Amino acid sequence: MTESAPVLRHPMSKYIREDRQPWIYCPGCSIGIVTNMVARAIDKLGLDFNKVVVVSGIGCSGRSSGYFKTGTYHTTHGRAIAFAEGVKIANPDLEVIVISGDGDIAAIGGNHLIHACRRNIDITVICINNFNYGMTGGQFGPTTEHERYSQTSPRPIGNIEHPFNLVKLAASSGSTFVARWTAVQARRATRSIERAIKKKGFSFVEIIGACPTAYGRMNRLGDGLKMHEHLLEVAEIKNGLPPHEAELEYESKIICGEFVDIEKPEYTAVLRAAHTKFKESI
Amino acid sequence: MPERIMFTMGDIACAEGALSAGCRYFGGYPITPATEIAEWMSLRMPEVGGAYVQYEDEIASITSVIGASWTGTKAMTATSGPGVSLMLEAIGLAVMTETPLVLVNIMRGGPSTGQPTKGQQGDIMQAKWGSHGDYQIIALTPASVQEMFDQTVQAFNLAEKYRTPVFVLADETVGHMRERLVIPDEKDLELTYRKLPSGPPEEYLPFKPDDDLVPPMALLGSEYQFYATGLTHDERGYPSDKEHVQIELITRLNDKILKNADDIIDLERFMLDDADIAVIAYGTPSRSARRAIKDARAEGIKVGMLRLKTIWPFPDDTIASLATEVKHLIVAEQNLGQAYYMVKASAAPTPVHLMTKPAGMPQLPHEILDKIRKVDSI
Ligand SMILES: Cc1ncc(C[n+]2csc(CCOP(=O)(O)OP(=O)(O)O)c2C)c(N)n1
Ligand code: SF4
Ligand SMILES: [Mg+2]
Repeated sequence: MTESAPVLRHPMSKYIREDRQPWIYCPGCSIGIVTNMVARAIDKLGLDFNKVVVVSGIGCSGRSSGYFKTGTYHTTHGRAIAFAEGVKIANPDLEVIVISGDGDIAAIGGNHLIHACRRNIDITVICINNFNYGMTGGQFGPTTEHERYSQTSPRPIGNIEHPFNLVKLAASSGSTFVARWTAVQARRATRSIERAIKKKGFSFVEIIGACPTAYGRMNRLGDGLKMHEHLLEVAEIKNGLPPHEAELEYESKIICGEFVDIEKPEYTAVLRAAHTKFKESI
Repeated sequence: MPERIMFTMGDIACAEGALSAGCRYFGGYPITPATEIAEWMSLRMPEVGGAYVQYEDEIASITSVIGASWTGTKAMTATSGPGVSLMLEAIGLAVMTETPLVLVNIMRGGPSTGQPTKGQQGDIMQAKWGSHGDYQIIALTPASVQEMFDQTVQAFNLAEKYRTPVFVLADETVGHMRERLVIPDEKDLELTYRKLPSGPPEEYLPFKPDDDLVPPMALLGSEYQFYATGLTHDERGYPSDKEHVQIELITRLNDKILKNADDIIDLERFMLDDADIAVIAYGTPSRSARRAIKDARAEGIKVGMLRLKTIWPFPDDTIASLATEVKHLIVAEQNLGQAYYMVKASAAPTPVHLMTKPAGMPQLPHEILDKIRKVDSI
């Protein structure tokens, strides 16, 4: 009688569509790490997984929704937040999480981001910022730093534009919870994602990640391991810092932490209260 | 609620139709001449426990409607040409993920900003072909305030039955005209609701169709987990770049509309039985045509009308057989000829005459009468 070797299963695999493995991500990419963070946060909170909805847009980061074994939806490019708002307003009992890329959320979908912050709908947005459009092969985007190289900002000139600082953008647009971590700070990032999910209001968590295949290659930043080592080196934790001081300079300093955690009336709660008020008035 | 009678405008009748159909989510962005739908919804939704949500643009509006629909809520948006132009990509997403929703287009003058307060029927082909790729759409073309109500209810029923976006395509004149509206008693309305999955959740295949080619739809928050994507996907919902998966999916998405065309298509035959000339019209021009036909009949001209209450899927079989019964067809539409090309293709070799008017005032009865006389004298 032969005994088969015991199969080691990842503790988070219960949340993942294992029949969709292997992941599409390149070796050394941060997106898998972020997927794990989200699974762990859901696990830690003990959420009823059937009531969790994961939504994404288009991009490598946008593929993340499809790996979660719950109700998941892959929208058009940039529209994950708009879809998520419709879900949350129509059924406020659901826990709605958006995971998508910097291009998806801050370029083509930037308008939806700022308005969802302003509206204060209780959804959690996790933006994987890898400083470029990974999926289309590495063009510059709204978070690409000045003079960085990409497929559409080639040498010798590099990017002639300037990046958004997403923490500042979300905070000034009214987001009630704003945090930033790098992909290597898995424990801290996971805890912030837990808080973001628990928060009754719009939450924004930026995870600075590595795209070794495109951005890393074009800017000679090394392989995935090297890029993640760099993130660890330059990450500076400053919890509670006013968001407008949360600077991000890839080379030298990435300010990480939780910068906003405020209370404001939440959209679906106000809507429910309005319904009750209406019923009482008749 | 018991039967109610109102004297109101088409836009409001449309909103009331949606509410009667059970619509509880409206996502929109104001635009003339559809704004009254949004305004009425903002007033009425709180009364029925629903949501009126005003978004930053039409892209967010329709995408949020798709999201709301996946929770099992009947959902709609309403706009006009410029808004539809922004929604086109999302229409494709709704088609591809088989999402029931209703999209109202109160058609105004175009292209571009055009004439916001004037009617036109310039978006017939946009409704059919606006999003990229091969797909079918359902589009209803009401011609009165009562039909704005009735056909909005019908639009929701078709959207739910076939799991697809459905257009209510009304010209501005229909949207803004005021007429008597009878809102039937709730219990007299026949309402359809999408098929939900049954059976063990582990075995559920979210995009495996039943015999009617429509798969039961799992809802977000239910025990049936799924991945819905605009990418070409197999029965499990998983993305695939295989040729056969693309062919199977696209064929089914088209067939579920085309093979059920008889159930969807809604036509009115008016004085056609002995006709030598058939007018084809929809929306406001069909109202002028009705009058013109009566006047022409009084002059002894044998003319009738096939009124399209639905324009997509196109009733090509009916028009082909009509073309064998009459000597001439006249298409009267408020554009430079859109349904005309479809009629021509179906009616050949019977001659088809076009009566166009790409501007605010629809063809008047006497203008259509003149055209009928001319065609009669050929
Ligand atoms: C409307 C539209 N425009 C362009 C594209 C092509 N496209 C696909 S992914 C992508 C960028 C994704 O970048 P990001 O959101 O940063 O995700 P990443 O791949 O870097 O994770 C683009 C431009 C598209 N799919 N749809
Ligand atoms: S291209 Fe970049 S972002 Fe996309 S999977 Fe590869 S490493 Fe990750
Ligand atoms: Mg990116």
